[in-house]
Amino acid sequence: MELDPTEIFRQEAAELLDSLETVLLDLGQTPQDRDLIDAAFRALHTIKGSGAMFGFDRVAAFTHDFETAFDLIRKGRIDANRDIVTVSLSAKDYIRTLIEDPDSTDPIIGEAIVEELHRLIGVSDGAVGKATAIEAAPETAAAASGWRIEIAFEPGILRNGTNPLALLDDLRALGTCRVEAVLDDVPELDALDPASCLITWTVALEAPCTVDEIEDVFMFVRDEMKLVIAPLGADEPVAELIPEPVAEQSAPPARVVTAPTEAAAPAEKPVAEKVEIARRSDDKTSSVRVQAERLDELMDRVGELVIAQARLSQIANSSHDLAIKAIAEEIERLASGLRDTTMGVRMVPMGSLFSRFRRLVHDLSRDLGKPVDFVTVGEDTEMDKTMIERLADPLVHLIRNAIDHGIESADRRGQTAKSATGRIELAARYVGAQVLVTVQDDGAGLDTARIRAKAEENGLIQPGANLSEHEIHQFLFHPGFSTAKTISALSGRGVGMDVVKRTIEAMRGTIDLTTIPGHGSSVTLRLPLTLAIIDGLLIRVGEGRYIIPLSAVEECIELTAADEARAKGRSFLNVRGELVPFLRLRELFDADGEADPHQKVIVTSIGDTRVGLVVDQIIGSHQTVIKSLSKLHSDVTMFSGATILGDGSAALIMDVAQLVTLGQTRAESDRAPEAA
Amino acid sequence: MNQTQMQATPAAAGLPATETRLQVLMVGLGNEIFAIETDMVREIIDPVPVTRVAGARAFLPALINVRGNVVPLADLRIRFGMQKTRQTEDTRIVVVEVEIDGDPVTLGLLADKVYEVTEVSSRHIQQTPRLGSHWRPEFIRFITKWNEEFVIVPDMARILD
Repeated sequence: MELDPTEIFRQEAAELLDSLETVLLDLGQTPQDRDLIDAAFRALHTIKGSGAMFGFDRVAAFTHDFETAFDLIRKGRIDANRDIVTVSLSAKDYIRTLIEDPDSTDPIIGEAIVEELHRLIGVSDGAVGKATAIEAAPETAAAASGWRIEIAFEPGILRNGTNPLALLDDLRALGTCRVEAVLDDVPELDALDPASCLITWTVALEAPCTVDEIEDVFMFVRDEMKLVIAPLGADEPVAELIPEPVAEQSAPPARVVTAPTEAAAPAEKPVAEKVEIARRSDDKTSSVRVQAERLDELMDRVGELVIAQARLSQIANSSHDLAIKAIAEEIERLASGLRDTTMGVRMVPMGSLFSRFRRLVHDLSRDLGKPVDFVTVGEDTEMDKTMIERLADPLVHLIRNAIDHGIESADRRGQTAKSATGRIELAARYVGAQVLVTVQDDGAGLDTARIRAKAEENGLIQPGANLSEHEIHQFLFHPGFSTAKTISALSGRGVGMDVVKRTIEAMRGTIDLTTIPGHGSSVTLRLPLTLAIIDGLLIRVGEGRYIIPLSAVEECIELTAADEARAKGRSFLNVRGELVPFLRLRELFDADGEADPHQKVIVTSIGDTRVGLVVDQIIGSHQTVIKSLSKLHSDVTMFSGATILGDGSAALIMDVAQLVTLGQTRAESDRAPEAA
Repeated sequence: MNQTQMQATPAAAGLPATETRLQVLMVGLGNEIFAIETDMVREIIDPVPVTRVAGARAFLPALINVRGNVVPLADLRIRFGMQKTRQTEDTRIVVVEVEIDGDPVTLGLLADKVYEVTEVSSRHIQQTPRLGSHWRPEFIRFITKWNEEFVIVPDMARILD
């Protein structure tokens, strides 16, 4: 699949803008952090540079001012502050629009943003660029009258699209340059690889600039070159370097350089080794972009491989050929490793999603005038990428609600013992075969009376009906239900919670709401982690094999004959003095075959409730890749998913939460006659 | 004459009056032959180990692994109230993809025998015979003839609903 270069730029820019946003938000917290400032500057610089390269001139022109501003910050001439961060964030949004849909936006918006920026950094319109140059000068007092710069790029640099000549031009922009090309390493014509850069340069720069400024020129190639900067005349007589009167713009030396490069055109072998080394050092790439479908494909192939491998193992087991057995074992090991790796590839940490909301909270807290601390927990909880994508919208709704409705205004908070700054916590964690995502605020909590009044008004319940708080809160998920007294731009239209609920349910998840009046409320999303790998306990019931999520397992004990006798008629088990209800999975699953003489009980728990599951055999732990059940099996409640076992057959994953509920219900009905 | 027959068959009401030709896969289920549109057929595989799903609807009793995907296995014989027969050397699983509520759903159909890919024409549409109580009209798109035998063109979406 060929992507056109513009598309690549778009994708790259999107990523850069995302990281820029994160950096800017961090910078809002710690305005002095040099690394962040540098990162912001680099992002802007790259956007500007590649924007211009791919013909996004408006992007390049607009970004220029911000790049300059961050350059000033970087050099410590102005301080970053929240206002600059805010204006930069809107600039980032504007850049995104310029790239994605330039026609939809008016240059006036851009001008307004730039004006705001100039006001903040105290520079008159349009003079930012010049200001830098002028202000730059005095600070360079430390510098000598000029610099001698030795430049040696790694041979592979041309392959990365770096143009050394352009860098030399950049140097010339700093002041008068005398450039000399060193051709010592350039081989004979027939041995020359045109794609390798074997020329090095010595530049005498006659300008009172700082070392920093020179290094900045090479900022993006710094890792792939040797750069030596020494004051001019320190270790070499200046005269030698400037034999001719240096012209205003050293055009002739430029030609000196161009010529050998062209001559360096055709070439080959001796260089090859060096190139190899250079390449290897380039291999620092942190990530590769892959289409999701390709990953799916890869996963299917691996699945097939595992099945084929299982067949091979079977043949090998019945064979007497030791060599075949050894190979089969080796392949089994490789295949399972490959499977685990492949499964892991699709998983994305929740952090990538969470960081998106920092901006949302930042903007909302500013617009609503409610200072809010946004805390995220469990960023490294991994979920399938597609799940994470689908979670984004529901979470936006929930976070909005939390700030808009949940957190009180600073004044009202002041009247209570709470700090003026609200707190919103977004957390993710694994619970059994599920991921729990919670959005928690420390606001006023839900106004149960008002929800009730509203429900009565809407005719959803009879006045005076006997409902639990929990039941009343469920009305919030009713389409068109809103208790907000006024409709704000953000929320209060009554769309939202019902949409959230539907989206979560479509993902086979559930949503739960709890609230403590005066202390805030929390919304918990319970989501299956499709495709996620969990540690499971592989067990056998009758002829079927099942997986119990290991995280839900507390202990495994044997169901002794004495226990059986004692439990007669009731399904309780005495576990160290505590009564634990248990379920016979053989009955529940309607299993075939004889029950094993020594039945085992697996004590599982969800929260504080425990239930024992009676099984025939515990096979062992199993790295379980969760596959969601088909839509056709959506009526199946006892299982949350399925997985593929080593031999290629499918096994069901038990939904412990459901089984625990079932066990509790049974236990209660057991207890009832006893009490009577 | 065709016209009157078509009107008499309620399930055929959705068919246009003009002749339509369907590419189908002929599949034997019990004593009946079902014609499954080739458009929905993904592949035909040999029987694989099945995993029984407790608590599922009777006609969707199990799961199978098809190329790394866990898909439900449907037994249409149960849906049509036919006798269950033993697995023979002719038994196959026809993997189909059906659209349900706008989403593509893959599943395996247990087949006692797979015959061939052929074409049926609405020209040969038959009135649903009163014989054979297991011919549930709501699950049948129409009945046609092939090699002098009655063939059921099932309405997959309704069967699986």
